[in-house]
Amino acid sequence: MSTVAGGEFSAKAIIKELLSYKSGLLGVGILLVLTALSIYIVVAIPYNKAIEMWRGSEKYWIDVPRYAQPVWIKYFVGKNLPETIIIDSRKGPGVGIYKAITPIHGTDFKQVEIVLSFEYNYDDFPSEVNLFFYAKNYTSPPLVKIYWEKPDGQKILLKTYAIKKPDAILFITIDEEITRTLENFMYSVTKKETEEYIPPQAILFAVDDESMASMKTIKVLKSGSKYYRLIIKGIMQGKDADIDAKLVVYGKVYGWAGTDHLRRDIGLALLWGIPVAISFGLSASLITSILHLIIATISGYYGGIVDSIIQRMTEIYMIIPFLPFLIIISAFYKIDIVILLVVVIVLSIFSGGIKSTRALVMQIKSYPYIEAAKAYGASDLRIILMYIIPKILPPLIPGLIGAVPGFVFLEAGLSFLGLGDPYLPTWGKVINDAYSNGAMYKGYWWWLTLPSLMLIITSIAFALIGFALDKIVNPKLREL
Amino acid sequence: MKIAKGPVLWVVRRAIILYLTVVLAIYITIIVANMGGFVDEIIKAQLLEDITYQVKRDPEYRHLPPEELDKIIREKYRLALKMRGLDTPFIIRSFVYLKDGLTLEMGRALYLTSDSGSRQVKLILLERLPATVLLFTTAMLINFFTHLLGGLYLSRHYGSKLDKIVIALAPTSVIPGWVYGIFLILIFASWMRSVFGWGLPYGGFVDVPPPEDPIQYALSVSKHMILPLLSWFISGLFMGLYGSRTFFLIFSTEDYVTVAKAKGLPARLIEWRYILRPTLPPIITSFALGLIGSWGGAIITETVFNWPGLGQVAYAAIQAMDTPVLVGFTIIYAYLLMITVLILDIVYCIVDPRIRAQFR
Repeated sequence: MSTVAGGEFSAKAIIKELLSYKSGLLGVGILLVLTALSIYIVVAIPYNKAIEMWRGSEKYWIDVPRYAQPVWIKYFVGKNLPETIIIDSRKGPGVGIYKAITPIHGTDFKQVEIVLSFEYNYDDFPSEVNLFFYAKNYTSPPLVKIYWEKPDGQKILLKTYAIKKPDAILFITIDEEITRTLENFMYSVTKKETEEYIPPQAILFAVDDESMASMKTIKVLKSGSKYYRLIIKGIMQGKDADIDAKLVVYGKVYGWAGTDHLRRDIGLALLWGIPVAISFGLSASLITSILHLIIATISGYYGGIVDSIIQRMTEIYMIIPFLPFLIIISAFYKIDIVILLVVVIVLSIFSGGIKSTRALVMQIKSYPYIEAAKAYGASDLRIILMYIIPKILPPLIPGLIGAVPGFVFLEAGLSFLGLGDPYLPTWGKVINDAYSNGAMYKGYWWWLTLPSLMLIITSIAFALIGFALDKIVNPKLREL
Repeated sequence: MKIAKGPVLWVVRRAIILYLTVVLAIYITIIVANMGGFVDEIIKAQLLEDITYQVKRDPEYRHLPPEELDKIIREKYRLALKMRGLDTPFIIRSFVYLKDGLTLEMGRALYLTSDSGSRQVKLILLERLPATVLLFTTAMLINFFTHLLGGLYLSRHYGSKLDKIVIALAPTSVIPGWVYGIFLILIFASWMRSVFGWGLPYGGFVDVPPPEDPIQYALSVSKHMILPLLSWFISGLFMGLYGSRTFFLIFSTEDYVTVAKAKGLPARLIEWRYILRPTLPPIITSFALGLIGSWGGAIITETVFNWPGLGQVAYAAIQAMDTPVLVGFTIIYAYLLMITVLILDIVYCIVDPRIRAQFR
């Protein structure tokens, strides 16, 4: 349907006209923002660091809550959802940190007391509470008693704990003994047995009255001007022995994109996904378009046996199942994104686009100026490169830009099937993680919607530009 | 009605060419799969397993010491390899595999089983085929007729507000169905369930347990089809409408349409006889191309909606690295494409007078 466009095109004129369309302007605007973000993220967190952060979860993300929603959700639900509170005695002395070590005279024993206090004025319970110990130079495991003191004055002995490792972690909200202690505490407050399961983090932060007995009535005890306190008291042996503690009260919101099952910041993958998606989509589209152009020109210009071979090839390519092929190749050889690009290009060399370009070449071939060129003895190569390709290039540009989203979604789709680049954090991979961890059923909406939105925004930007360009180089469309 | 010889011969010739293409596609699949030696490993491991089982069960060998047994197994294995031509160079071997591939005798799956409990790759795949065909043919038919009739309507009301909205929304169609699917599930399954206590199914084919009554069963399946169909409907809608509208607009400026209008023929007649009729072949082509595209797109959509079709088996096979199933899956897809193209050719032969004219 496309004919050779009327006027001549210079890159500058095309861009100028593109920006005169509202949709083109919007597309270019989005693309500029995305490019700026890609440059920022690649500079701020270089490739190796990004991969290390995405794969080495424990080291980077231990103080981050699991399955946390994005922070901005607070303003939509109208509830002050808890953020993560970290109090580290190594950072003391300071606000909320008290630490005292007194040697017991005549022995190498020392008495230790650490008090970590914090305010808690959120509308919801935290998701988890962990206590990290950092013990040094002890000769026998330090023995400590851990107390929890609420702002209303209630004090609970959570556990007597021997710190057997220099970097011991006490998972307060998972520990069986603490769970039992807290249940007993709850019964002593409510004075009745209840069948309902009240999670430990709720009991730790609840108002101490009958309302505690059910998740329907339970209320958060806000500290107001007072404090919640975690008190560690104990003794340790060793001349230079020292002990520190870090209390982490994990919130329910984190960052601008929330976190996943391994506590990783999804925002990192969303930002790193931009350069990956754009460069993959653009280079795949660019290279296949150029190859199509060359093949179609050869086929249309020379005709004869070359033409019929190329025509048969396009028919064979129509039957070859593209995606299944890509799937077996990536499944069997565990390819990275660059090889994936090559495979995608090889698999789309002879696809449908060739036919229309070939028709265009055949049309141009019969134009008088080509005959004139032949008459003065121009070589085939010269005719193709100087006279035919410049003429068919402009109508192909919208298709080139318009094909980018297809490749972006192809990469995302493969990652979604678990076949993407094994190292890079990409959007498709985040969606895959979300899927295999049941995000859909458990209501982790951000985990699925944010990467999908990134995909949509990126592809819409390219589509808008492609549509606007199409109107510019095919003026016939403008009238319709 | 007497069937003319020419068109039948033509279709047969097309079928042969298409089949040769499929043979080539399957051969390439086998080469690709065996570059990592995957096919060799599957076949050999299965032969060895079969023979070991057979020998150990045979009362004749029961009293032999283990070393003797081992020797017998190894000898039988060697002979079996020879018998099947597996000790030959790869070139010859690849044709043995090609024959197996063409008849879908892909042996047994490594991990997956069919719903009936079989481990035959052929059964696992063929069992899933109807679900895929049901869902995506329905989706394509709904889309096709919506685009066709909607496009005609818009070309009649060219320049109207609705027309402008459709044009403005056309770029949304670059987003594939499965992405819309994610949002649809979150809205109509997750969110609705949490707010109203009832929602559409998250995915799957039929309620668990499946209803006994066939009508109830069909209703349950349709309920599960709503969201996947809707996702493809939204995804294709605006681009499809825009495309067919533009197409009809171009054709409605043809000279013979102008003549028909000048003759004062009723608008509906012009539409059906002068616009729709001559544009039928390209419309059918675009439908068939869409159908071919849908077989590919189905893989991810089925995974999103947990629809028990071919795509979902492929996903399971990728997760379990079940090589025979993956190879079989590619082969089935090649066949599916071939059949689609062949049907297209036959339909073309019926509706396009230019092709029929060749046989006069």
